[in-house]
Amino acid sequence: MSGAGARENVFATRMALTNTKLRLKGAQTGHSLLAKKRDALTTRFRAILRKVDEAKRKMGRVMQLASFSLAEVTYATGDIAYLVQEQAKQATFRVKAKQENVSGVVLPAFEVDRVAGSDFNLTGLGRGGQQVLKAKEVYAKAIETLVELASLQTAFTILDEVIRATNRRVNAIEHIVIPRLENTIKYIMSELDEMDREEFFRLKKVQGKKKRDTAARDAEAALLSEDKQASSDDLTTEQTVDLLSSKDEDVIF
Amino acid sequence: MASTSFKDRNLIAVIGDEDSITGVLLAGVGHINEQQKKNFLVVDAKTQVSTIESAFQEFTERKDIAILLINQHIAEKIRPTVDKYQQAFPALLEIPAKDHPYDPSKDSVLKRVQKLFGD
Repeated sequence: MSGAGARENVFATRMALTNTKLRLKGAQTGHSLLAKKRDALTTRFRAILRKVDEAKRKMGRVMQLASFSLAEVTYATGDIAYLVQEQAKQATFRVKAKQENVSGVVLPAFEVDRVAGSDFNLTGLGRGGQQVLKAKEVYAKAIETLVELASLQTAFTILDEVIRATNRRVNAIEHIVIPRLENTIKYIMSELDEMDREEFFRLKKVQGKKKRDTAARDAEAALLSEDKQASSDDLTTEQTVDLLSSKDEDVIF
Repeated sequence: MASTSFKDRNLIAVIGDEDSITGVLLAGVGHINEQQKKNFLVVDAKTQVSTIESAFQEFTERKDIAILLINQHIAEKIRPTVDKYQQAFPALLEIPAKDHPYDPSKDSVLKRVQKLFGD
C-alpha cells in the first residue's frame, strides 16, 4: 500500500514521522480555513453578481432617459456637441476610490467626487439654457449610476480572480498535499513496522545463537568437569592406599 | 498591487458616438491633461477600427483613469480586444448609445455573469 501514490522523499525515521504528522495537521487546518474563506467570498460574490445584473439593466433605462434629455437640448439649442467638446478642460466630475475588506481581499469601491465647476455656463445662453442644465443633471445622475456599476463590476472581477486562486489552493491541498502527506505517513509506518519485524527477528536470531552458544559452552563445561571428576577419581584411588592392607616388614636394627 | 494603483485613478474616460460624448462631457467628465491628451474619443461612421483600438489601448494603459465607458456598438467593433480585457483597473463599462439599445447578451461582463449563474 505504501508504494501507491506520490509521497515525499524522506527517510523512514520516527522524527520524520512526527514531522510529517505535524505537517498533515497543518495542511488540514489550512484546508479548512481556506474552504471557509472561499465560502465567505462566494457568498459575497453571489450578492455582487445579482447586483451587477440588476444595475446593468437599470443602466439601460437611465441612459435612455439621459439620451432623451440630450435630444431635448438639441431641439432647443441646436447642436452643441462641438462647443461642449472644445470647452472640456478640467474634469469636474471625478471618482474617488475607497477600499473595502472582504476576508482579506481588498475590494475597491468608486465614489463620485464632484467639484462645482463653471463649465459650459455659456452653453445655451441664447436659448435652451434650462434644457442644458437639465441635461447636465440627468447625465450626472446617469454617470453616478455608471460609477456605482463600475465599482460593482470591479469588485466582481477581483473577487472572481481571488475565488479562482482560493479554489485552486483548496483543491491543491485537498487532492495533492494531503494525500501525499498521508502516503508519506503510511510509507514511514510500514517501513518502521518492517524495521521492527526485522529487528525482532534479528533479536530472536541473536538470542537463539546465544542460547546455542551457552548450551554448547555448558555442555563443554559439563564434559570438562566430568572429565575432571573422572581424573580426580583416578587420582584418589591411586593415592588412597590402604596403609593397613600391606604389612610392612619389620625393621630390625 | 491593486491597492497601490487605484488610489490616484480618478478620471472617467469615454469612447462613444457624438451624442453620448456630449452628454457625458456635459456632466463634467471631460479632461485634457498636460500633454493635451483628451480622455474621450468621438467615434463616427468614418472612424477607423484601428483608431478605436489604439484609443482603447491608451485609455486602459493610462494610470489616472478609473473607469472606461464605451458605447456598446463601438465595443462590438473591437469585440475581441474587449473580451480579452480582464484587468480590474480601469473598470470597463459598456453603455448603450442613443440609437443602439442596450443588449445584455453582448456585454462581456454580463456574459461571464450569465455563465456563472448557469452552472
